Amino acid sequence: MSYRYPLSTYETLKRVTFSVDHGERVALLGVNGAGKTTILKHINGLLKPYSGTVMVYGADTKSTKVSELARKVGMVFQNPNQQLFAQTCWDEVAFAMKNFRFSYDDISRRVEAVLKEFDLWDYRDESPFLLSSGEKKRLSLASVLVYEPKILIMDEPTSGQDILQKKKIGELIRGFKGDAVIVSTHDLEFVARYLERAIIVEQGRIVADGPVRDLFYDGSLEKFGLVEPQIVNVSKELGVIGRPLVVEEFVRVVKEGNLR
Amino acid sequence: MRAIEVKDLSFAYEGSEKYALKDINLSVERGEFVVLAGPSGCGKSTLIKTINGLIPAFYRGRYEGEISVEGHNPAKEQPHELFKIIGTVFQEPDTQLLTFSVERELAFPLENSGMRREEMRQLVEDALRRFGLSALRYKSPAELSGGEQQRVAIAAALISRPSVLLLDEPTSSLDPKTSQEVLSIVRELNASGITVVISEHKLSLLLPFANKLVVMREGRIVDQGPPGDVILKMVGQNLIEVPDPVSAYLGLKEIGLTLRKVPLTSRELVEEVRIAINVRRGGD
Repeated sequence: MSYRYPLSTYETLKRVTFSVDHGERVALLGVNGAGKTTILKHINGLLKPYSGTVMVYGADTKSTKVSELARKVGMVFQNPNQQLFAQTCWDEVAFAMKNFRFSYDDISRRVEAVLKEFDLWDYRDESPFLLSSGEKKRLSLASVLVYEPKILIMDEPTSGQDILQKKKIGELIRGFKGDAVIVSTHDLEFVARYLERAIIVEQGRIVADGPVRDLFYDGSLEKFGLVEPQIVNVSKELGVIGRPLVVEEFVRVVKEGNLR
Repeated sequence: MRAIEVKDLSFAYEGSEKYALKDINLSVERGEFVVLAGPSGCGKSTLIKTINGLIPAFYRGRYEGEISVEGHNPAKEQPHELFKIIGTVFQEPDTQLLTFSVERELAFPLENSGMRREEMRQLVEDALRRFGLSALRYKSPAELSGGEQQRVAIAAALISRPSVLLLDEPTSSLDPKTSQEVLSIVRELNASGITVVISEHKLSLLLPFANKLVVMREGRIVDQGPPGDVILKMVGQNLIEVPDPVSAYLGLKEIGLTLRKVPLTSRELVEEVRIAINVRRGGD
């Protein structure tokens, strides 16, 4: 697919091709302005390609209603201020389920569970706009997860989050019961720990696509202006065998004496 | 000489039973680089707002204790007076940039202080040059990239040459390369003598330059001291993000490979592991 924003003189996306299978957890990487968010907005039909096609569960997004796509594809935006609008946190989280005509019992049960999971239950009657930026982010995540979409899309979910919330988001990705998760992020330590496949975007093109371990060790990160995780950097310097991605793997490799 | 002295400070926002800050004691020497860390909602931002006087000037509440910044009491002085002593950079650049050009953005705080025109122009020219913003002077801040916006915000915070710079999560909306660029500006400013207090979640880029790490939880300071010492005590507590070289230090210790010191950077970890392995091989 290719995409050009209205009135723009250049293509934001240039002949982008990829597919995501059941069970995949994919990281979308690239510097600011590379086109990550534009790609994500094509998957839930907010944007339609001006050439090429985007198929979600076999249906062309051009001929599918956004509301139909939204039921299957949940999207958490980078800036929660663009997403939040309701009077109270409870209403915010309940909104999508009401639209999808869930029963009141289902709604109240799931809204409570999700708000508690994200440490937001105490704020249920308060305005979303009074929350801190980290809390707003969690609320926007809760308002999508509550209706259990099959595909979960998250734009920069960990930015500004503390260590505990980051771990929660990571566990949520790992334990996601739907079909696929696609996450755009700058946090490569997070990618190393929680995602298996990475797609690197540069100036609107996909320039690398493969297992995280391959891309983190074949020079792709430096080539496309990304900062490699410290453990990867250290392992390369030390000539460690086994391509560790996280601290635990690094320690195990050193313990087994796998140093050149 | 002390730059900042916080004594028995407590603060509760109006209408809240809970203290946002409780019994804070902190002193910062001139030229120090201090990192504030802790979970969201722990009071980092509130502490910054008390040091620059936004609290109590713009936020009502119960205020106990005392702060002194370069001999001034921020609770008692006018914000535009404090502006000459303390500069502040906030989390999201787009919420603090107000005007239609970079040049105006830099002049704006000075206009409010009643400074003479010639003097103002001189300071703006100096800042444009110093922060590499000359080419962007007529651009609207809204057109700039996130990194450029933060550079403008830092330049504006320092326009009247204050000696203390406060930064509240300045890189949380930036990509890693741009974060490094912004932080290296902060580091250079610190090297030129400016006292820096910065709050951040991602510590791996900051700890190598910090003199002091202050960890907060629920409005209180739980620990403060040299980064290497404090960070070791924080492992496994889920309060702050422990940089991987520090976690690796502990993991290696468990398998019997003891490094001479706690590494804070990748390079230090590489060096220390090489030394430790050579020592072990030499000893066999």
